[in-house]
Parts: sequence; C-alpha cells; structure tokens
Amino acid sequence: MNEKPEQDIGVLVMDAAAMQRALRRIAHEIVERNPDLGSIILAGIPTRGNDLAQRIASLIAEIEKEPIALGVIDVSMHRDDVGTRAELPVVRASRLPLPLENRTVIIVDDVLYTGRTVRAALDAISSFGRPARIQLAALIDRGHRELPIRPDYIGKNLPTSPNDKVKVGVSGKDQEEGVWLIKG
Amino acid sequence: MNARWARKDLLGLRELSVQEINLILETADAFKEVGTREIKKVPALRGKTLVNFFIEPSTRTRTSFELAAYRLSADVINISATTSSLTKGETLKDTARNLQALHADILVLRHSSPGSALFLAQRLKTSVINAGDGAHEHPTQALLDLYTIRERKGDLANLHVVIIGDILFSRVARSNIFGLTKLGARVTLVGPSTLVPRDFETLGVTVSHRIDDVLPDADVVNLLRIQHERQRKEYFPGISEYTRLFGLTKERARLLKKDCLIMHPGPINRGIEIDSEVADGPQSVILDQVTNGLAVRMAVLYLCGGIAT
Repeated sequence: MNEKPEQDIGVLVMDAAAMQRALRRIAHEIVERNPDLGSIILAGIPTRGNDLAQRIASLIAEIEKEPIALGVIDVSMHRDDVGTRAELPVVRASRLPLPLENRTVIIVDDVLYTGRTVRAALDAISSFGRPARIQLAALIDRGHRELPIRPDYIGKNLPTSPNDKVKVGVSGKDQEEGVWLIKG
Repeated sequence: MNARWARKDLLGLRELSVQEINLILETADAFKEVGTREIKKVPALRGKTLVNFFIEPSTRTRTSFELAAYRLSADVINISATTSSLTKGETLKDTARNLQALHADILVLRHSSPGSALFLAQRLKTSVINAGDGAHEHPTQALLDLYTIRERKGDLANLHVVIIGDILFSRVARSNIFGLTKLGARVTLVGPSTLVPRDFETLGVTVSHRIDDVLPDADVVNLLRIQHERQRKEYFPGISEYTRLFGLTKERARLLKKDCLIMHPGPINRGIEIDSEVADGPQSVILDQVTNGLAVRMAVLYLCGGIAT
C-alpha cells in the first residue's frame, strides 16, 4: 500500500481552463436541446457529479438568465454488487424536486465508465416517479461500457485501459481543478 | 465521518463505537428518504432472505423488521414460538442451523434468554440481529430512540435524558443507557428502588426515586412500559400506586420544559405510566419513533446484511 511514491498524480489530460470550457459547452448543448429549461432537473451523482451539476446549473443560469432546478441521486442503495464488497459505500439521501412527471432529468457524473452507476441512477430516479425523459451528462467518457448506456453530453472522450484511474479535481473541493489519468 | 461498517451482527450497543452508532444513524437518514418516494422500495438486499425468529411475542418490532426487509427487496419468513419446532423440543441451536441450511442470510432474533443472539452469532455464518434478548439489550429500539432525539434536538451531547419505569427488567433501558452515554448525553433513571437499584450508577448514570425533582430539568423523557409479564409482586408497588408515584400524569407533565420530548417504546399502557392527554400531546414523539424505527432497521439490515461474509 505504502510503497507507491506520493508524486504519482498521473498525467494532466484536462486543465482547469479546458474543464471550464467543456462544462460551458455542455451547458450550451443542454440549452439547445431543451427549449423548456424550466422543466429540467440537473441531478448529480455524489460526490463529484454533484459539484459538476452545480457548476453546469450556474453556467446555464448565466447564459439564459433562468434558474435551473438541482437534485442529488445517491445510487449506493441501488447498486447490484451489495454483498460482494468487503466495505459498503456510505449511503446518503437522494433529493429530487417532485413531481417528476413532464420533466427532464439530466444525470450528471464526473466519469462515465462501465455504465453500472448510471443504471443504478436510472433505477433510483424511477422510484421517485416517471419523468418525461432522462438524459446523461459526463465530463469524461473513458469507455469500457458493460451496459447499453450512451451519454447525451460529454466533455471529453478519454481512451483508457481498465487498470487506469481517472481523477477529477474540482475547485473548492480538491487542491487543484482538472482531470488526471493515472496509468495502472 | 470515516467509520466503516465491518460487523455481520448487531447484538447490542455496548460493543459499538461512537463512530459506528453515528454511521447507523446517518445511514438511517438516507433510508428515511426512501419512505417519501412514490415507490418506497430499493433493491439493496435483493435476493437475500431474512428470517424473523421471534420466540417471545412481539408485533411492532417484528412488523417493523418485516417492512424494513420488504423495502430493501429481501424475502421474509416469520417464525414465532408457537409455529417453530422449539415447542417439539428442538434446541435453539438446531433450529437456527436448520435455518442456515435453508440459506437464510439474516436472522432477526427475539428471545427470552440474555445472550441468545450472541450464542447464535458465534455459531452461524448468517447475520444475527438482536431484536431483544431477555432483559439484556434491544439495540434497534435504542438506535431509533437516539435517532428520534437527534432529529428533534440536533445533537445529543449534554442533553438530559430521563428514563422512567421498570429499568431492572428493561432491555430497552440498558441499550439506551449505553447509546446515550456514548453520545455524551446525561442520563437519569427514575422509578421505585426495587426496579431502579443504585447499582446502575456504575454505568455512568444518575439514579433517582423522586420523579418531581427530575422532570423540570429534563430535555427528553423516555417512559418504559410496565412489563406485566415480567413483573413479580415483590418488586412492584401495585398499578395505582405506581401511577401516583411515577406515572406521567397531565398534572405532572406541567413540570416539564416546553420543548421536552416525551418518548415511549410502546405499547403504551394509557392511564398507567402515561396519561392519554400526554401521550397524544404536542410534546409526544411516540409515533415518530415508530416511523424512525423503520428507517433505522433498514439501515441495520443494509449494513449487516450488505457486507460480504
């Protein structure tokens, strides 16, 4: 555990400025595809997805001068690997503005990988009601999908190997903002 | 919060750390939210089997565990004393081993012998949840009491919690004493000297036999049911005398602070340990306890039943 040198923070693949541009582009695409902004809910998956959802919401508010509804979807109680992990993830409450009928929920996560988290999020959302549609936004798509799930908004496609790690830093929460690829 | 859950069993609050107790309470927060959803069910324990093994009668605890398991998508089997082979002379261990052979994942046990949950936990791979073992512990009841106080008061540190009634025979009192003192609350036990002996002070609590002296300073009053079924004559002054000396009558309730919470684990004996007006009054959180019990039991089942064994 301790033999790995601390300086291995990986290769910077997206700096703070590029990240801000990517989030701004996602905000524009959301505005373009959803003429009725009052009906959308940006629902972040804790913890970094949550931070990114707030960032995108404030960017949309800046562009369109319209406040955007926010939500949180904690997927840990909807995962399909309970009972196979030695340590359980900490479960937290989900919060979505209700009712969901006739609204568009946009799931926001930092890294899209196997798609299992998104599947759990789809499950969680459907237990709150039946939104008109659900869309998916992710800052990084690193590939290796195990389920038929496809993002609607993507910041950057990043080819990775399954052993790699992708770390997303967000200003205010982490030391530095940006995306790093740590080779496995 | 850095605590991680690594126990397959929940036997009592005595052995839990403050971090573990807080982890259960915070996990219960998340599961309480599930009760507000349109579909009040999550797949967290899908495919797991829970056995409610109640050798002593219970409706509310058993039903609460049952509903908690359904909300987590587990399958539930209920076995009570009269329907089990214990009446045919099978030992507790053999019955439990048979349940394990059926691949039950979680065993919720209510039994009249102190230590029965521990006995099975040490012998079975199944998760064992103590739902009351004699006069020893009833951890989920105490956890839901802690949860309800925390929900109303924010923090338990330095709160003055008064537990009134039959402490000697009460597993609810014992589990509450362990939990409350760990979380920093000040605890006073009140009741007749036969049922509240001074020995309890070794657990870090105060013992009093005069209810009127204690009530004005209480932040929470937890009334225990007078347990007719466990009561022996020599311990007990008689129902009407008990009510006169220790019952929370509406006159006595006037001594309480306006924001003092009134709790009771149920079932309540109206007119004995508590007057109806008080039980149904604005300070009563008795029904909140029932609602919160469901969330707390979901959290406990999720934590104990969810880890890899």
